[in-house]
Amino acid sequence: MKVELRVNGQLREVDCSPWKRLLDALREDLRLTGTKEGCGEGECGACTVMLDGEVVNSCLVAVGQCAGRDVTTVEGLAHGDLLHAVQRELVACGGAQCGICTPGIAVCAAHVVDRGLATSRDKVRELLAGNICRCTGYQLIVDAVINAAKAK
Amino acid sequence: MPRVDGVAKVTGRALYLDDLEAPNAWHGATVRSTVAHGILEAFDLDPGFDWSRVVVVTAADIPGKNTIALIEDDQPALVAIGAPIMHVDEALALVAAPTRELAFAAARAVKPRVEPLPANFDPAASTHVFKEFRVRKGHATDAEFDAAIARAAHVIEGSYSTSPQEQMYIEPQAMMAEWHGTACHLVGSMQCPYYVHKAMKVLLGCGPDGVVVRQAVTGGGFGGKEEYPSMLAAHVAVLAKKAGRAVKMVYDRDEDIAATTKRHPARTRHRLAIDAHGEICAIDVDCVMDGGAYLTLSPVVLSRGVLHAAGPYRCPVVRVRGRVVMTNHPPHGAFRGFGAPQTTFPYERQIDKLARHLGEEPLALRHRLALRSGDTTATGQVLGASVGTDEVIAAVRDAAGPVPARDGPRCKRGRGYAFYFHGAGFTGSGEQRLAGRATVAALPNGRFEVRTSSTDIGQGALTIFTQIASQGLGVDAALVDIIEPSTDRVPDSGPTVASRTCMVVGGLIEKASRELRDLLPARDRELTVTKQYEPPPGVHFDDETYTGAAYPVFGWACCLVDVTVDLDTYEVRIDRCVQAVDVGKAINPVIVRGQIEGGTLQALGWALLENIVYRDGKVANANMTNCIVPTFADAPEIETMIVEVPYPFGPSGAKGVGEIPMDGPAAAVANAVEDALGVAFDALPISPEAVFAKVRP
Amino acid sequence: MTEYIRPRDLDEALDARAAHPDYMVLAGGTDLMVNANHKHAPAGIIDLWRLPGLGGIARDEAGLAIGAGATWLEVARDAAVTERWRPLAEAAREIGALQIQARATLGGNVGTSSPVGDSLPVLLAFDAELELASVRGRRRVPYREFCTGYRKTLLQPDELIACARLPSPDPQWTTRTTWRKVGTRRAQSISKVMGAAVIELDRDRVVRSARIALGAVADRPIRIAAAEQAVRGLPLADAAEAARAATRTAIAPIDDVRSTSAYRREVAGNVVAYFFSGIIS
Repeated sequence: MKVELRVNGQLREVDCSPWKRLLDALREDLRLTGTKEGCGEGECGACTVMLDGEVVNSCLVAVGQCAGRDVTTVEGLAHGDLLHAVQRELVACGGAQCGICTPGIAVCAAHVVDRGLATSRDKVRELLAGNICRCTGYQLIVDAVINAAKAK
Repeated sequence: MPRVDGVAKVTGRALYLDDLEAPNAWHGATVRSTVAHGILEAFDLDPGFDWSRVVVVTAADIPGKNTIALIEDDQPALVAIGAPIMHVDEALALVAAPTRELAFAAARAVKPRVEPLPANFDPAASTHVFKEFRVRKGHATDAEFDAAIARAAHVIEGSYSTSPQEQMYIEPQAMMAEWHGTACHLVGSMQCPYYVHKAMKVLLGCGPDGVVVRQAVTGGGFGGKEEYPSMLAAHVAVLAKKAGRAVKMVYDRDEDIAATTKRHPARTRHRLAIDAHGEICAIDVDCVMDGGAYLTLSPVVLSRGVLHAAGPYRCPVVRVRGRVVMTNHPPHGAFRGFGAPQTTFPYERQIDKLARHLGEEPLALRHRLALRSGDTTATGQVLGASVGTDEVIAAVRDAAGPVPARDGPRCKRGRGYAFYFHGAGFTGSGEQRLAGRATVAALPNGRFEVRTSSTDIGQGALTIFTQIASQGLGVDAALVDIIEPSTDRVPDSGPTVASRTCMVVGGLIEKASRELRDLLPARDRELTVTKQYEPPPGVHFDDETYTGAAYPVFGWACCLVDVTVDLDTYEVRIDRCVQAVDVGKAINPVIVRGQIEGGTLQALGWALLENIVYRDGKVANANMTNCIVPTFADAPEIETMIVEVPYPFGPSGAKGVGEIPMDGPAAAVANAVEDALGVAFDALPISPEAVFAKVRP
Repeated sequence: MTEYIRPRDLDEALDARAAHPDYMVLAGGTDLMVNANHKHAPAGIIDLWRLPGLGGIARDEAGLAIGAGATWLEVARDAAVTERWRPLAEAAREIGALQIQARATLGGNVGTSSPVGDSLPVLLAFDAELELASVRGRRRVPYREFCTGYRKTLLQPDELIACARLPSPDPQWTTRTTWRKVGTRRAQSISKVMGAAVIELDRDRVVRSARIALGAVADRPIRIAAAEQAVRGLPLADAAEAARAATRTAIAPIDDVRSTSAYRREVAGNVVAYFFSGIIS
């Protein structure tokens, strides 16, 4: 089945089973490998993308459902070399270590910051709870998201 | 200096194994045992399955020796027909197919025929001791030791148990192989390219040039990618040979949790004897670890556990006995802390009980009894420079503030401490035997290369090495490249383990860089300087008697934890966690903070909610829904204090930091919960169910 | 190859459902898509995600109607829900984390009727009624009758869940609504005990009636009739202990990898007691 969807602002087409996970369609068919698979169960958040402006686990989305919809991946956060504020702050604050959860965290944090929801450290912790990081203990990520929100 | 790989990681451009372009690679999958013990009799291939596009590999296809060479050669890469199966989810056969879906379907269509045998999951009932270690101080015989205990004014006795723990790196194990002529090229997610290299030489029956191992960007390890990647390497290497093309294997999360190594569960009996003046006069520790079905790294894990078991306290008479035994659990293995967390939990619970017995403030008691420069450890090591005892305890005392109100509505609160140490670098004479090397090169184009086999697994090796080299060379960091660890391009600097990367390998880079700087004026071609590890003067360990300098230097740490226990749900909440760690010198303070905070949260998770549930030898919670780790919402704000008491033989004074934060916080949590409830908690995890069982027996 | 149908409205969806009872009905996918790459592909998918007319939250005199396609994020953000049916808004925030709440729907939670579905005790406590639709017509079923066993429901092969209706509290009485989740951790967790209650009090703070519901303590979400009876007519101050004792006797939870029967029984009692003793909206 041919599925036409908008990815990072561009119209793209994939030709595959509608049952294929959006995650796999992005990584295999569109070679956008920034979106990572950590569990395939919707538990770790490494595959987080935005679907029509809301954050979702792309491992739990069937690509057929994305026809005509808008997907933003980590590759779509920066404008050229100009990083999104949360990306810049994740680097500056040490919020990325091994980096495998980082794309999902960057997407979720960008959503939270851009919607003006990062109002406190506790709020950031609540809203990012769907993204597991095993390296940082989360502290430096929270620092980065709060800094990014202040910069907005 | 921000991480050199930071931008690649936040933009998604960093390429992990599964991201590498490999259009023609087939996908591998593993046929695993469903029984914990038995004899593999045969395989039946489902006749209804289309096998035309599938490659099947069994032990008979292995060109060299069917073993994962590490310490002993007891673990096969695949169980051979007629050979014993030793644990659930052991690898029996392999398949490869053009797609992952087809490979998994093929794996399901291979039916092993197995004659089951009785299995043992109880370490106490095990008759097979993998390894035993003993530390003796201040006594020659057990009778002398018993006499020392008999002279004590008081003895605190306790039995402790710590649970298995999943590393839960977020990138599952992943590896790819492709044969170029007679050479097998492996790339994957790993900590130790030369461990894989060594194992593959044996398995493939080839010389050092017959295999090349390269690390891809690695999504976390924590010890879990120390020894296990050799297993995946063996599997994809043989599959690729038979398939005649590249084969890649990426574990599913469930498979990764079920089949790969975990932290060794341990049971420890501890006796802490004091004299009439309240000084420790004897310590007796007996620790048993469950090694699982094969030896893997268990002796080394046990060794570190035994060498830390007496704790960072003065004591003239010490006896530590440790054993790691075989069971039919999947093999337990390396995990941050590497045996030390298992023995730190008991001794820091014991010290807390001593404080209660003596009526002494627990932090003051630790301060009074702690080791300092000039004191001797349990192995008789005389501590030299870089003992941060006073500094870390003072840092926590200054930050502590008032104890929170004890009781609230339907809750109780408490405060706990832990004081602990962690040997940096390999145990005993390990670093000398290993003789790790690192090279720094000045290229004709004006750039510089650092060539080591140390991997960046998130801990920041790339960045730290860049800093050390640029400082040593006196050049801008932008001119320094850290060569990706590939066994055909870098010397063996030893594995990326044991809190040794910055201190030991970084130390070699510092020396090589400085030496190279002096040669630079003469440059007209590539200049290289290679340095090999030499122990600091006076550092010697006797492996026979287990005496001497167990580690070149120790890190020191103190932790404070405040908890609230909910009396409706029995949940323990961490209200505050203060960690002060003596790291010698923080070459990159942000990266050091990240190490401390990440390790601390893994320890808090281990204390409260992480666990592996085994049922008949199988991991019953093999998914991320049930094998849980802390989320953003579970983590407290960690108050990190970096303490710097320089180590003269480390780069800029630095010593290891990777593991130490894992060792102590679990005891601090248990001490805080006892403070809150007045009930002792001597087993991990301190789950709500465990609290309920104690409070409402 | 999996067929894919995206209906344009509910009628088309019902036609598709009647024509293809073997197709998977998929909305947010947070349950059905778990490990989807290892599952057999379904013969077809009837995609209800964002189906016009199936989402939306409407309030009228009788109460609240939540479309089956409404996500928990929409429920949590809805002003009417937050104002009058607050436990549902709060429970919605405990269903997974943000990524799950953005996709998981009321219809999915109800259709699956897992014993640990976090909205379900709240629906029971509010005495919600489901509207089920098929080409044969529509019918209404109280949720307390809908789930008949472990992940078993009255939904017929040709039916879809259209919406859930939550009646407005009787203005004659002081109504207290409350809930509590005890999960495996503080976020993104599976419930070990989850409860909700709607308690009507008269002017003397005597319990007129109570609906008490629990999840994760039986093969399905259940009302605790014994506790409801035990508190009737009791002053609020005495009701907590009566409810605690009755609840512990009434339930028979299981041991599993997440918790123990003894713990669940104890904590379920505490949770129900808290509904009467705690600070309640």
